[in-house]
Amino acid sequence: MKLYCLSGHPTLPCNVLKFKSTTIMLDCGLDTTSVLNFLPLPLVHSPRLSKLPGWVSKDGTINLEKELKECAGRVFVDSQPEFCLPERELLDLSTIDVILISNYHCMMALPYITEHTGFTGTVYATEPTLQIGRLLMEELVNFMERVPKAQSATCWKNKEIQRMLPGPLKDAVEVWTWKRCYSMQEVNSALSKVQLVGYSQKVELFGAVQISPLSSGYSLGSSNWIIQSHHEKVSYVSGSSLLTTHPQPMDQSSLKNSDVLILTGLTQMPTANPDGMLGEFCSNLAMTIRAGGNVLVPCYSSGVIYDLLECLYQFIESANLGTTPFYFISPVANSSLEFSQIFAEWLCHNKQTKVYLPEPPFPHAELIQTNKLKHYPSIHGDFSSEFRQPCVVFTGHPSLRFGDVVHFMELWGKSSLNTIIFTEPDFSYLDALAPYQPLAMKCVYCPIDTRLNFHQVSKLLKEVQPLHVVCPEQYTQPPLSQSHRSDLMLELQPPPMPYRRCSVLNLPFRRRYERVYILPELANSLVPSEIKPGTSVATVSAVLHSKDNKHTLQSVPKPPPAPPTKKRKRVIEEPPVVLAPKPLLSGAVPLEAFLATLQKHGISEVKVEETADGHILHLQAEDTLIQLEEDGTHIVCDNNEPLRTTLRDLVLRFLQKL
Amino acid sequence: MPEIKVTPLGAGQDVGRSCILVSIGGKNIMLDCGMHMGYNDDRRFPDFSYITQNGRLTEFLDCVIISHFHLDHCGALPYMSEMVGYDGPIYMTHPTKAICPILLEDFRKITVDKKGETNFFTSQMIKDCMKKVIPLNLHQTVQVDDELEIKAYYAGHVLGAAMVHIKVGSESVVYTGDYNMTPDRHLGAAWIDKCRPDILISESTYATTIRDSKRCRERDFLKKVHESIERGGKVLIPVFALGRAQELCILLETFWERMNLKAPIYFSTGLTEKANHYYKLFITWTNQKIRKTFVQRNMFEFKHIKAFDRSYADNPGPMVVFATPGMLHAGQSLQIFKKWAGNEKNMVIMPGYCVQGTIGHKILNGQRKLEMEGRATVRKLSFTFTLTFFLLCNLDVKLQVEYMSFSAHADAKGIMQLIRMAEPRNMLLVHGEAVKMEFLKGKIEQEFSINCYMPANGETTTVTTNPSVPVDISLNLLKREMALGGPLPDPKKPRTMHGTLIMKENSLKLVSSEQALKELGLNEHQLRFTCRVQLQDPHSDPDTLHRIYTHLKSVLKGYTIQHLPDGTVMVESIVIKVSSSAEDPNTKVLLLSWSYQVTFLRC
Repeated sequence: MKLYCLSGHPTLPCNVLKFKSTTIMLDCGLDTTSVLNFLPLPLVHSPRLSKLPGWVSKDGTINLEKELKECAGRVFVDSQPEFCLPERELLDLSTIDVILISNYHCMMALPYITEHTGFTGTVYATEPTLQIGRLLMEELVNFMERVPKAQSATCWKNKEIQRMLPGPLKDAVEVWTWKRCYSMQEVNSALSKVQLVGYSQKVELFGAVQISPLSSGYSLGSSNWIIQSHHEKVSYVSGSSLLTTHPQPMDQSSLKNSDVLILTGLTQMPTANPDGMLGEFCSNLAMTIRAGGNVLVPCYSSGVIYDLLECLYQFIESANLGTTPFYFISPVANSSLEFSQIFAEWLCHNKQTKVYLPEPPFPHAELIQTNKLKHYPSIHGDFSSEFRQPCVVFTGHPSLRFGDVVHFMELWGKSSLNTIIFTEPDFSYLDALAPYQPLAMKCVYCPIDTRLNFHQVSKLLKEVQPLHVVCPEQYTQPPLSQSHRSDLMLELQPPPMPYRRCSVLNLPFRRRYERVYILPELANSLVPSEIKPGTSVATVSAVLHSKDNKHTLQSVPKPPPAPPTKKRKRVIEEPPVVLAPKPLLSGAVPLEAFLATLQKHGISEVKVEETADGHILHLQAEDTLIQLEEDGTHIVCDNNEPLRTTLRDLVLRFLQKL
Repeated sequence: MPEIKVTPLGAGQDVGRSCILVSIGGKNIMLDCGMHMGYNDDRRFPDFSYITQNGRLTEFLDCVIISHFHLDHCGALPYMSEMVGYDGPIYMTHPTKAICPILLEDFRKITVDKKGETNFFTSQMIKDCMKKVIPLNLHQTVQVDDELEIKAYYAGHVLGAAMVHIKVGSESVVYTGDYNMTPDRHLGAAWIDKCRPDILISESTYATTIRDSKRCRERDFLKKVHESIERGGKVLIPVFALGRAQELCILLETFWERMNLKAPIYFSTGLTEKANHYYKLFITWTNQKIRKTFVQRNMFEFKHIKAFDRSYADNPGPMVVFATPGMLHAGQSLQIFKKWAGNEKNMVIMPGYCVQGTIGHKILNGQRKLEMEGRATVRKLSFTFTLTFFLLCNLDVKLQVEYMSFSAHADAKGIMQLIRMAEPRNMLLVHGEAVKMEFLKGKIEQEFSINCYMPANGETTTVTTNPSVPVDISLNLLKREMALGGPLPDPKKPRTMHGTLIMKENSLKLVSSEQALKELGLNEHQLRFTCRVQLQDPHSDPDTLHRIYTHLKSVLKGYTIQHLPDGTVMVESIVIKVSSSAEDPNTKVLLLSWSYQVTFLRC
C-alpha cells in the first residue's frame, strides 16, 4: 500500500492512496496562496495601480517592466492570477479510480484533474459539498472572467531570471506548473462526475474496498473518510472540528481501530481561539461604525460567514447597530444564503430542531427579511444606488487580489476611519495588504479557524488509537515563528510518518487475510472436530471462484462417471486425478489404549519394547513392527495390504486430522 | 436453516393501518405503525396483543421503522409507544419526523375534541413518542446494534417517504412503504440499488392498474376543472394537507397563469402555509427541477391560491377548493361536500385512493344516495339518563364525481420495475386488496420465477434463507491458489483447493494445513509405512537401485523421480532403498517407505 503526496499545503491536501488494486485520490485542494504574488484585478480602472513603476534589476541587465510592477518595496506580477496545482508528474493521474472530497474548500483543483489528465473515474462528495463547492468555483470563475486581462506574464518564470528576482517571488516554487483559472464549462464537466453520498453510506469500490464518509463537523457536508476492506482500515481525516458551530458534530468513534490514519487539515491558527476572535471581530466592528467608519470583511461566500452573521444577529441590537446596513456582495451571495437553509440533515441538532417547527435554521433569513442584511451579485447595478455609509461589507476574495473586495480596498483604503477585519485564515494578512501599501485604513486580524488544534487532535488520537499516523511534515515540528512551542506539534508513539509534496510513502501494512464466502452446500458438508475446548477444525476441499474481487468456495463437482473402457488406460496419459489429499495429523498414540484396541481386533501377540523415544511393538503373528513415538508412528509391514489398512485406521483413531 | 418470518398486523390483504412484523437473524422489527381510516373502533389500530399479551413491547422489538407520514403508516405510533409501551428506537426520515407529529396532533384533535372519544393518546404522548425517534438520512447505513443495519432509499410517495433495506449478516429484507416509480411535479421517482434482498415487501395499492401517462392524466384533470369553472360550477378536491395537494397546486397555479383565469382557488386549513414551508426547507427531497431552480423561484410560493374560510363555501360563482381530509370521512372536505352535493353543476374530484367505509369510497363506487350522521341531539330525560339521538339524513349526490388517480403509488408496471431493480429472491405483497394482489402475484411468479406471498393480517410467512458463510482466508493460501489458476477458473477443469478451517469463538479462518498446525500450537504426527519386497537380482546393490530408477523413469512419466546420492530413489515422496539379504546376495530386499499423506495412484 502506497501514499503519493501531490500537495505540500497541509490544509489543501491532495494525496493518492493505492490500496488493494484501487487508486483513490483523497481531496483535490488548490493552493491559492500563489495569487499573492500578483497585482490585484480592479473592477474599475485604478489610476494608482496602473501608475506603479515596472521592475528593472539593479544593474539594469534584466528589464521586466511590462510583467513586474513594484509597490512599496515588493514586486508583483502584472497578469491574470495563477494557482499552484497539485503535482501531476508523480504518477499517471489517468489511473485514478475515484476521488473522495472531504469539504468544499478541498475540491477547488477538481477541474484541473478531471478535465486534463484523462481521468475517467468517479468523484464522491456529499450534497452540500457539491452544491457549495459549485458556488465557490462559480464565484472564482466569475471574479476572473469579469476583468479579463489579455496579458499573460511568462518571462519572469524563466529559471535564470526568477533567481535574480527579489523575494518572495524568487522563492516561489513550481512556477512553471502554475495555471490560470478554469472556465465554467470545465467546472460543469468536472462536477458532472460527482456521485453524491450521505454520511455513513457504504460504497463498494470494485468489490475490493469499501468507502464511507463520516461527519467531520467543520462545514456543511464536510466529511472524513473510511477506506476499508474486511481486514484493513485506513481513516482519512481532513478539516475536522469539535467546536459547536452550524454543522453536524464530528463522528469520532467510527475512526477507531484504524491501521493507518492520514491526518490533514488541522487549524492554521493554533494560537488563536475562535471564540475570542469572534468577540474581537464584533467589538472592532462596532467601534468603527460608531466612529462613522466603514467595515470591510474579506471572506469566502460560505462557511464562517454563516457563523459571523449569526453572531451579528444577536449582537446588532445589544450594540445599537440596528440601523447600520450590512451588505453581502458576491455573484453567489443569494445562492449561498438560500442553500444554507435547505440542508437540515447536515446541520447540528439545534438547527435541525428549528426546521421541524418549521423555521429556517439560520437567523440570516430574518436579517434579510427585516432588511438589515442585503445581498448583491456585485457592486454594479442595484448596489451602487442603494449603498449607504457607514456600513459593513462582506465580500471576496480573501486574498484581496480579485473580486469586489479590490474595489472597496481602493475606495476605503485612504481613510483611517475605516477598518478591514480579516477573518479567513488562509492568507497572511500582511501579504494580502502588500499591493495596497501605503494604507491609512485600520487593519484587524481575527482569523477564525475552527479546525482541530494540536491539543484536540492528540486527545482524539488517544481515543481512536490508530496503529500508524501519516501527516504533513509541518505538523511534526513547531511553526517556524514559534520554534520553542513544542505543544504546537504532534508528538506520538510511534512517531507520525511525515510527508511533503512529491513524497511517496510505503504504508506499514501487512495484509494477511481476505474474505471468502463458503456456499451453503459446502458449508453443510463440512465436518468439524474439536481440537481443544472452544476450538474446532474442519478440513475443506473446494473450488475457488473469484469474480469482481469477491471470492467464493464451492463444493468440488462430482466428476462425471468415467465411460467404461476395456483397455486399461495408462496413467501417464491422464492428467493428474483430482483426489483429496490426506490431512496432516497431530497428537500422539497412547500405548495402553492402542494395545487394547489391537486386542479388540484380534491382534494379541504383541511384544512391546521400550526405546529412547517411545516403544516398538512387534506383532509376532503378523511379522509386523509398529514404532510408536511422540511425534510419529512407523508401520513396517510387508506385502499385506489389508493388515496395513487396518493398522492405519486404528492409529488414525487416536490422531487429529487437519 | 435460518428463516425470515413476516407477519402483517395490518395491511395484510388490506389497505390501512400498515404494520408489519419481521423476524430476521434473531432480530424483530416493526415496519410502520398505522391506523385504519375506515374504522372507529378497536380495528382502527393494529392488534399489538399478537406480539405480547401482557406488558410492554420494548423487549420484543429491536426497532420500529416508519416509512412516511401518512396516518395509515404512523397513526398508531403514540398509542403503541406510550399506551402499549415501547421505549426502543423508532427510525424515520427528517421530513417525516418533522411532519408526522403535526398530522398526529390533527388526528387527535378530530378524534378527541370533535368526536369526544376518551382513552386516546394525548398531545404529551405524541411529544414523548417523538423523543424516541432517531432521524434517518437517505443511503446512510444505520447500525441499530452490532448486527442489525438499516438503510433508507428514496420512495417518491410523499415528502420524506422512504423505502428501507434491513440487513442482518447476509440476510436482508426490503420494505417499500408506499412508493412511486414515476417522477411527478414535485417529487422524484423511487430508486433502489441491486441489493438482492431475501424478501421484498411491496405495497400493491394499484396492483392491477397500469395508468396512462402522467401528462394525459394532468390534461384530463385540468380539462375537467376548467369545464366546470366555465359553466359556473364549484370544484371540490379533497386532499391530505401534505403530498398530492402540493403537486395539484403547482399544476393549477401554472394553468391559471397560462390561461389567465380569474376564478379563485382556495386551500382549506391553516396547515397549508406551514406545509409549503416544510417543502421549502426540505427542498432536497423534491425533484431535480424544483431543486435546481429554487434559488430563483420557489415553486411552493403560490400566487393564485389563497386561504379558505368556511363562509366562502356559500359564495356565488365558480371556485376551486382544496379541502382536507382526502377520503371525505370527516372534517372540512365533508362539510363542503354536503353543501355542494345537491347541485349538478358542481364537481368533486377524488385525486387519491379511498379506503372502504369512507364516503369517498362510496361515491366512487357509484352510490348516489348517502345516509349521513346528522347533528347529534342530546336530550336529558332525567338526572341520570341522557339519550343521544343521531339524526340520519339522506343526501342525494347530484354533483359530478370524478376520480383521477394522482395518489403516488406504483402501478403494476412500477412494481415490476422495482423487482427488476432490487432482484429479490422472494416477494411479499401488502397494502392492497386481496383480489388484485392475487392477480399481481400470478404475474410476478410467472415473469420472475420467484415465490410471491400475500399473507393476511396475523398470518405468518416463513422464508428459508440459505446464506453463505463468510470466512477469513489466509492471503498466502488465496494467492497461491489464484496464482495457480489465474483469476478465471477453467470450468472444464475445476481445481480443488485444500485447507483447514479453524473455528474459534466467533472467528472462522481458513488456512493451509501447515499453518493450522502452527496456529494451534500442535506438533505434526508423522505416520509412515514401510514395506519390504524381495526380488532376485544378481547385480550389486547400487546397480539394482539404478536399474529400478531407470525402469521407473521410463514407466512413470510425469512424476518426479530422483536418484539421490545417499543411495535412495524417490518417486515424489516415496523412498526406495535396496539392501541384499545376508544369506543370499542375489536376494535383494527393497524397502519402500511412504508417509500417510501420499496419495496412491492406481496404475
